[in-house]
Amino acid sequence: MTAVPAPGAAADAPVPPMPSTGVRRHHWLVRLTHWLNAIVLTGLIASGLQIYGAFSRFGLKGGMRIGPNPFEGHGFPRWARLGGWLAGGLNWHFALGWFFICSGLAYVLYLTISGEWRSLLFRPRDIRPAIQMQLYYLGIRKAHPPQGKHNALQKGAYTFIVALGALSALTGVAIYKPVQLHWLTALFGGYEFARYWHFVAVWVFVAFTLAHITLVFLVDPASLRAMLTGWYRGRFPSHD
Amino acid sequence: MTEPLTRRDLLRMGIVAGAGALVTGCGWDGGPLLKPGLTAMARLNDRVGEALVSPHRLAREYPVSERSGSAFPMYYVSDELPVLADPAGWRLTVGGLVANPLTLTLAQLQALPRVTYTVKHHCVEGWTAIATWTGVPLTTITTMAAPTQAARYVRFDSFDSGYYNGWDLQTAMHPQTILAYAYNDQPLRPDHGAPLRLYSPLKLGYKLTKFLTTITFTADRPGGYWEDQGYPWLGGL
Repeated sequence: MTAVPAPGAAADAPVPPMPSTGVRRHHWLVRLTHWLNAIVLTGLIASGLQIYGAFSRFGLKGGMRIGPNPFEGHGFPRWARLGGWLAGGLNWHFALGWFFICSGLAYVLYLTISGEWRSLLFRPRDIRPAIQMQLYYLGIRKAHPPQGKHNALQKGAYTFIVALGALSALTGVAIYKPVQLHWLTALFGGYEFARYWHFVAVWVFVAFTLAHITLVFLVDPASLRAMLTGWYRGRFPSHD
Repeated sequence: MTEPLTRRDLLRMGIVAGAGALVTGCGWDGGPLLKPGLTAMARLNDRVGEALVSPHRLAREYPVSERSGSAFPMYYVSDELPVLADPAGWRLTVGGLVANPLTLTLAQLQALPRVTYTVKHHCVEGWTAIATWTGVPLTTITTMAAPTQAARYVRFDSFDSGYYNGWDLQTAMHPQTILAYAYNDQPLRPDHGAPLRLYSPLKLGYKLTKFLTTITFTADRPGGYWEDQGYPWLGGL
């Protein structure tokens, strides 16, 4: 005889499948700024590598060499550059910089006003969950630690990348106007060091992006669609 | 359970990746669609830069011991180093929208009150170097020439194969903008623009006209040798 749940026995019934629409995850502004940034940052890095080729070392002429710099003394291949020559690279860089800063400000402003920063900003209380999450990833801890929209390691990553974006923009402005904004340039150790940190930030961005893309495809491919459509239908729905 | 990517998702990814690939990998100047936008952004950056210039903020000065010495690079656009055939016949001409057009010899310029500073030079290429420059503040010459109310820009011409620059009046009138005739306490060498060059620690090196011959006050914005080819016009630091 087929077991038919009696009325009132709903507590024993299996959890109903998630609606096919999934959960609402990303506001349109978050998706817009994310993909705008993907394009703009690609252009900024490519035009930046074009600019770098005009003087491929760090430090004052006749002064101390700043490093380490594995790229010292040579430019980058043509496929990696944008602008064709120094002036072209500069014009792309100084135009795209506005989009980078504006999209970054729009994103942070949205998080602040919507309150979504709470699920993204890494705070001291996230340190313990971050360690637990790391233990889980290493296979030492068996159960997936409870989490909100993002786990503590993700919060750390998303907080770090916003800080890196701010650092890139500020070091960029510092080497753009080292006389009028000399206090900002001095904050990064002077023009030559600000230029170096601006360059180092590029490789941190590249490493972060490669890890980010790898994790999306290996761990949670559904998050890619969520960043496109706004709806998440994967295996890590929000616990909020 | 993970949903497989749909065709539409892949198409969207393709559009994004395609846009990224389009802007890289070439000397793309933006094409007919984006080039005007880039030019407009460059002018916006010039305006922001002009707004940032404070007439009273001085660029930092350095001790003489920090000079870059022989490591200081130099360049010119002529095929060979421009040298005057008749140095004694050289004159600086000041004209355009001025009440008193001037013609000055080097000796007359050197007799005027001088300024000496040791400052950092920023090249558009990204290198920096420190040197001492001595010369006449441009404001001294401006006071003598008395520009009219209509003057808004300054044009500097040279005998280096038509090399020239256009400046905003505000930076031209900055106390650290000088007409330099000495470099590291020695008379200006030909490779640094002898007999007279424009100098300021507030602008990139390509704005600092060497081998100077003529100063012209104008109402319309003058271009420049590199600026006409696409380099940022203001070149302000």
